[in-house]
Amino acid sequence: MSSHTTMAPTKEAILSLTGISKSFGAVAALKDIDLEVAPGEVVAVVGDNGAGKSTLVKVLSGVHSPDAGSITFESRPETIPTPMAALNLGIATVFQDLALCDNLNVINNLFLGRELSRYRLNEVEMETRSWELLKQLSAKIPSLHTPIASLSGGQRQTVAIARSLLGNPKVIILDEPTAALGVAQTAEVLNLVERLRERGLGVIMISHNMADVQAVADRVAVLRLGKNNGTFRVADVTTEEVIAAITGASDNVVSRRSASRLPAPPTQESAS
Amino acid sequence: MKTTQAPSAPVLTIDRQDERLRTSSGIRGAVDSFLDRVRSGDLGVLPVIAGLAIIWTVLQILNPKFLSSSNLVNLAMECAAVGVIALGIVCVLLLGQIDLSVGSVSGLSAAVVTVTFVNQGWPVWLAVGGAVLMGVVIGWFYGQVFNRFGVPAFVITLAGLLGFLGLQLYVLGPIGSINIPFDSPLVYFAQLAFVPAWLSYILVVLAAAALFLTDLRHARARRTAGLSSRPLPSMALRTAGLLLAAGAIVWYLNQARGVGWMFVFFLALVLALNYALTRTKWGRSMFAVGGNAEAARRAGINVRAVYTSAFVACTTLAAVGGILAASRLAAANQGSGGGDVNLNAIAAAVIGGTSLFGGRGSAFAALLGIIVIQSISSGLTLLSLDSSFRFMVTGAVLLLAVTLDSVSRRSRSSHGRA
Repeated sequence: MSSHTTMAPTKEAILSLTGISKSFGAVAALKDIDLEVAPGEVVAVVGDNGAGKSTLVKVLSGVHSPDAGSITFESRPETIPTPMAALNLGIATVFQDLALCDNLNVINNLFLGRELSRYRLNEVEMETRSWELLKQLSAKIPSLHTPIASLSGGQRQTVAIARSLLGNPKVIILDEPTAALGVAQTAEVLNLVERLRERGLGVIMISHNMADVQAVADRVAVLRLGKNNGTFRVADVTTEEVIAAITGASDNVVSRRSASRLPAPPTQESAS
Repeated sequence: MKTTQAPSAPVLTIDRQDERLRTSSGIRGAVDSFLDRVRSGDLGVLPVIAGLAIIWTVLQILNPKFLSSSNLVNLAMECAAVGVIALGIVCVLLLGQIDLSVGSVSGLSAAVVTVTFVNQGWPVWLAVGGAVLMGVVIGWFYGQVFNRFGVPAFVITLAGLLGFLGLQLYVLGPIGSINIPFDSPLVYFAQLAFVPAWLSYILVVLAAAALFLTDLRHARARRTAGLSSRPLPSMALRTAGLLLAAGAIVWYLNQARGVGWMFVFFLALVLALNYALTRTKWGRSMFAVGGNAEAARRAGINVRAVYTSAFVACTTLAAVGGILAASRLAAANQGSGGGDVNLNAIAAAVIGGTSLFGGRGSAFAALLGIIVIQSISSGLTLLSLDSSFRFMVTGAVLLLAVTLDSVSRRSRSSHGRA
C-alpha cells in the first residue's frame, strides 16, 4: 500500500467527489471515496469485481444517492438525487447495456425522448444534426436510416455516446465501453474517447482492460473493496503496479500466475 | 421550382458520402433496394397483398359475383366497424401488449348508445359522446391497473371481456334487444350515406395532390439541408400510381352504390393514426416502448403514460367500432360485439403485418387485414357456406400470417434488421 498517492488533475477540476460513502445494509459498497476529473481529461476507474465501480457510476448518474460525502460540480456543491438531475447538471452516463431501441433507426435513437417539434416531427433537421454530430466524432456509420439491430458493437457504442452528447454534457461517464468489442471496434471507441477529450469534456471511464486504460487515460483511479487504493498518472505507472493496487499486493494470484507462466508449466504438458 | 434541380451529380449529399453505400438511383436502384429488403425478411405489406390476390382469385373463380361492384360496395361497408376496432388493436400490439376485451367493449358501447338514444331519448350526439367517453374511461382504468399493479394486459383484458359482457347484458335489460329507428342519423350514416360520384373523384384527386405536395415539400426541405431527396420522376410516379389505383377502385364501386361514408370515415381514422404513429413524438414513443421499454424509460420517455395512451386508444376505438356495428345492424342485442368480433379484430391487425412481439406495425395493417378477413367472410357467404367454414378458413389464414411474422422476424434478426 506504499503507492497510496493522490495526484491532482492539472487543471481546475470540473467534478470532484470527496469522502463519498454508500452502504447497502451491512455492506459498505463505497467508503470515503475521492475522485476528481478536469475538463479535457480522461480518468479511468479500475478495480476488481465488487470493488464498487458500478456503485460509483450509479452515485454519479443519480441512480443512488450517497450516504455521506460531497459532490462539487463546477466549484458548486451539488446533490444528484435523480438521473434527470445528473443530466441537467451536465453529467451524461453511457451504461454498459447502451439502452438503444433495436427496432428504431440511428436518427430516432439519437433523438429518442427529445424529438424536435412534438406534433410534426422535423425529420430533416434531426437528420442533419445527426450527421453533424457523427461527423464530429468521425463515426463510420454508412446510413442513418438502418435500424440499430444492423450495426456492429462499436457502431452501437458510438451511437450511444453520440446520444449522450446531444444534451451538451460537461462530464461523460462510460461504463465498460469496450467490454464486448473486438480489436478494431475497441480501437474505434478509444479514438472516440480521445475525441471527447479534445472537445474539452471530462471523461470518467470504467474499465477492466489495462491496455485500454494505458492507451487513452490520463490518470487511473484504483478502487479496492470500496475504498480508494491509489490514483496514478498513467504516464508514470506500469501495468504491474496498477494490478498490484487492484489486487491489494504485489504478491498476488495474478503476478504469481504470470511468474509461473514464464517457464512452461509442467501441468499443461501432462494434461494434453 | 425549376431552378433548384441543380446539376449536382458529382457532389454527394451529406447522407451519401460513405463509400460503402451502394449508390442506388433511378428505377433500377429502387427495384434493387426493394429486393434487398424482401430478401432480408423485411416483407412489409407484400405478403398480405399477395394473400389478398390469391383469396380474391379463388373466390372469384368459385363465384363470379364475388368481384362485382355491388358485392365490393358491401364488403367495404362491412369492413368499417371491425376495422376501426382493429386500429385500436394495432396500438396495443405495437407495445407488445394485447386487448382481449375489444369485443365486449364494443358490445357495451352499442348497448349504451341504443339505450340512451332509443329508450332514454337523448340527442344522438350525446348518446354517441357518452359511449365514446365510456371507452376512454375503460382504457384509462386498464392503464392504471397495468401500471400500478403490473398485472399482465392479457389478464386485465380477459377480466374486462367477462366484466363488460356482463355489463352489456345488464344495460340491455331483460328484453335483450333494442332496435334503432331506420330514420335515425346513425342508421342513415351506416347504411344509406354514400359519397356522390362527382365528390368521390374530387376526393381522389385531392388525395393525390396532397401526396404530391407533401413529397415535393419534403424533398425541397431535404435538398436545402443538403440531404439526398426523392427525385421528381419518382414522386410523379407515386402520385400517378395513387391517382390511377384509387380512381379505378372508386370508379368500379361507383358502378353500384359507390363509396360509403362509413368506409371514408374508417379510411380517415387510418390516415390519422398513421400520421400520429409516424410523424409525432407520441408515435416514436410507441415504437420505442414496444422495442425496448427500459431504453425508452432511460431516454426520459414517460413509459406509463405511453401504455395508458395505447389502452385508451384501443378501448376508445373499440367503442366507436361498436357504435358503427350497431348502426349498420340498426340494433343492439345480447350478441353485439360477441362471437368473432374480438378475434377478427385481433386477427386483422396481425394478418395486416403488425408484429405480436411489439415495435413493428402500422395503421395500414388494420385496413389490409380487415379486407382479407371480410373477403373470406363475404366470399364464403356467397357460396352459401355456413360459419363453420368461415371460422376454419380465417383460422388457417391467421396461423399462416403469424407463422410468416415469426419466420420473417428470424430472417430479419439474422440479416441485422430489427
